[in-house]
Amino acid sequence: MSVDDRALPVKPQIIAPGHTSATVSDHIGEIVFRKTPRWWYFGFAVSLALVMLLLMALTKLIVNGTGIWGLNNPVGWGFAIINFVWWIGIGHAGTLISAILLLLRQEWRTSINRFAEAMTLFAVACAGLYPLIHVGRPWLAYWLLPYPNTMGMWPQFRSPLVWDVFAVSTYASVSLLFWYVGLIPDLATLRDRSRSMLKQKIYGILAMGWRGSAAHWHNYETAYLLLAGLATPLVISVHTVVSFDFAVGQIPGWHATIFPPYFVAGAIFAGFAMVLTLTIPLRAIFKLQDFITTRHIENMCKVMLATGLIVAYGYLIEIFMAWYSGHWYEKFMILNRITGPYKYHWWALILCNILAVQALWFRKVRASAIGAFIVAMFVNVGMWLERFVIVVTSLHRDFLPSSWGMYSGTFWDWATFIGSIGLFLALLFLFLRFLPMISIFEMRTILPKTEEKG
Amino acid sequence: MEPRRHVGLYGLMAEFDNSEQLIRASHEARAKGYRKLDAFTPYPIEEVSEALGHHGSKLPLIVLIGGILGALGGFGLQYWVSVIEYPLNVGGRPLNSWIAFIPVTFETTILLASLSAVLGMLALNGLPKPYHPVFNAERFALASRDRYFLCIETADPGFDRQGTESFVKGLDPGGVYEVEN
Repeated sequence: MSVDDRALPVKPQIIAPGHTSATVSDHIGEIVFRKTPRWWYFGFAVSLALVMLLLMALTKLIVNGTGIWGLNNPVGWGFAIINFVWWIGIGHAGTLISAILLLLRQEWRTSINRFAEAMTLFAVACAGLYPLIHVGRPWLAYWLLPYPNTMGMWPQFRSPLVWDVFAVSTYASVSLLFWYVGLIPDLATLRDRSRSMLKQKIYGILAMGWRGSAAHWHNYETAYLLLAGLATPLVISVHTVVSFDFAVGQIPGWHATIFPPYFVAGAIFAGFAMVLTLTIPLRAIFKLQDFITTRHIENMCKVMLATGLIVAYGYLIEIFMAWYSGHWYEKFMILNRITGPYKYHWWALILCNILAVQALWFRKVRASAIGAFIVAMFVNVGMWLERFVIVVTSLHRDFLPSSWGMYSGTFWDWATFIGSIGLFLALLFLFLRFLPMISIFEMRTILPKTEEKG
Repeated sequence: MEPRRHVGLYGLMAEFDNSEQLIRASHEARAKGYRKLDAFTPYPIEEVSEALGHHGSKLPLIVLIGGILGALGGFGLQYWVSVIEYPLNVGGRPLNSWIAFIPVTFETTILLASLSAVLGMLALNGLPKPYHPVFNAERFALASRDRYFLCIETADPGFDRQGTESFVKGLDPGGVYEVEN
C-alpha cells in the first residue's frame, strides 16, 4: 500500500499550500537559530522586571508572614487561592489540545499543541507557587508529602488539600513528560541543523541520540498515544480535585455537586482564552500564518464558546439551586453575590464570561484575529473574577452576621499576582527562543502527501 | 572501491527522496531475506515499520504493570498510614475510609503509568544513546528534515559487500553510502 492510499484527508486550511517536509522544518527550525530579535530582548526584560517584583513580594512574605496580604477573619482564603485556581485552569487547555484532541484525531491541533503544552507547564509552575507560599512557612511545605519523619506524623489523606498536592504534582510531572517526549524528535532536528558545536552538544544531549529509526518510531507512537490516554482523565481529575477543595467544605456557595464539571469547563474555557491571547500576537510576529491559520483561531473560538456556555449553565444552576434547595444561607449567599458589596465583581464577571463570549456566534468575529483576541481578553479577566467571586463572596458573609467582614487585595497581593504573570511570560520567552514552538515532526505528518518531494 | 572485509563497516545506507520509495525498498529488502536492517524517517510512517516487521510493542504491557503498581502503591500507602501507622478517629468515621482514598490512588496510578510509558519507551528504544554508527553516514542529518534512509547492517547473515551493494543500488535510491562503525 502506498502512502497516497492512506486515508489522510487533505485539509488545506490547516496548513497553507505549497509546504513540504523541508520548508516546514526550515521555517520552524530557523526561528530558534535566527539572530535574537530586538523585541525579544524588550519583552524578556519587561518580564524579568516583573519576576523581580515577584521575588521582592516573596522575600517580603517570607520575612513578615502572610499578614502582608489582605487575608483576615472571615476571609482566610484570598489571592493565593484565586490565583492558584486561575493559573491551573489556564494550564488545562494545553493538555486538552495535546491529549484529548489527539485522541479525537483533530489534526488541526498539531500546529498549536507544542506551544499550548509549554503554556500548560509554565501556568502550572505559577499555580504551584501559590499553595507553597500560602502555607505561611514555605520552608516547611514538604510536610505536605507523606514521608517518615521524627514527629511520627502523616498527612490526612481524607482531606481534599492533600488530594490537591497529589493531583497538582502528578499533573505537573505528566505534563512535563508529555511535552518532553513530544520534543525529542524535534530536538534531533535542531541538533542536526545547528551550526555551532555548543548548540549541537546541548540539543544532542537533550535529543538523547534520537535517530528516527522505524523501530523507535513504532514504540514512540505507542508511548505518545498511551500518554495522551493517561493525560485525558488526568486533566479532568485535576480541576475536579481543585473544585473539591471548595465543594467538600460546607460553606454556602461552595458545597455544590455542580462544582467539578463546572470547574473543568471553566478551566478549558480560560485555557483556550489564554492560548488565543498568546497565539494571535505570536503568529503575527513570527509570520506563522501558514501554520496557524484562521481555521485554528476559529476552532479555538468554537471551543471557547462551547465551554463558555457550560460555564454559563453552571452560574444558572448555582442560582437555581440556591432557590430550589430552600436553604436560607444558600439563598442569601446568591443574593449577596448579585446585590451585595461585591456586586460589581459579579456583574463584571457576567459581562466578561457570558455576554462578551456571545460575540463568537458570529463568524466574522471568530475569523478576525482582533475580534477573537478581544473576546479572549474578556475571558482572561472574567475567569479571574469568577474565582474571586467564588472565594470571597462565600467567605466574607457566612453563617454569623457578627463575623462578617470585607476583603481586598493589598499591594503585596497584587505584586505577587502580577509578578507571577511576569514569571509565566519570562518562561514563555525563553521557550520561544530556544525550542521549536510548533511540533515540526507532527507538522510533517499532516502535510498533503502530494507535496512530498525533496 | 578498495576491497575489504566488513571490519569497520556498520552497513550500507541508501537515501530516498520520498516515503513511497522507502516503503517499497523496505518491502523488497525484507523479501530478499534481510533481517538486520533499519529505516530512518523524519516522521513516523506506519507502513515502513510494518514492512520491516515491527508488529506490536511491549510498551502497553509495561504501562499496564506500571499503572497497577501505582494503584496498589497509592492505595497501600494511604491504607497503611490511615489504618496502621497513624490512625486518627475523626468523628467515628471508619479508618479505612476507602472512598476518600480514591483521588490519590487515581493520581498515583496515572503518575506511575506515565512514567513507565516514557521510561519504557526509552528503554525499549535503547535511548539515550549519544553515539550510533548511522550518524557517520554523510547526509544522515537530513533524516531529521526531509530524507528517508534504509540501512542494511553487516551483521545480517545475508550481507555481502558486493551483492548487497548492487541490490541496494537496484532500489533506485538517491545515493548509497558506506556507514563506518
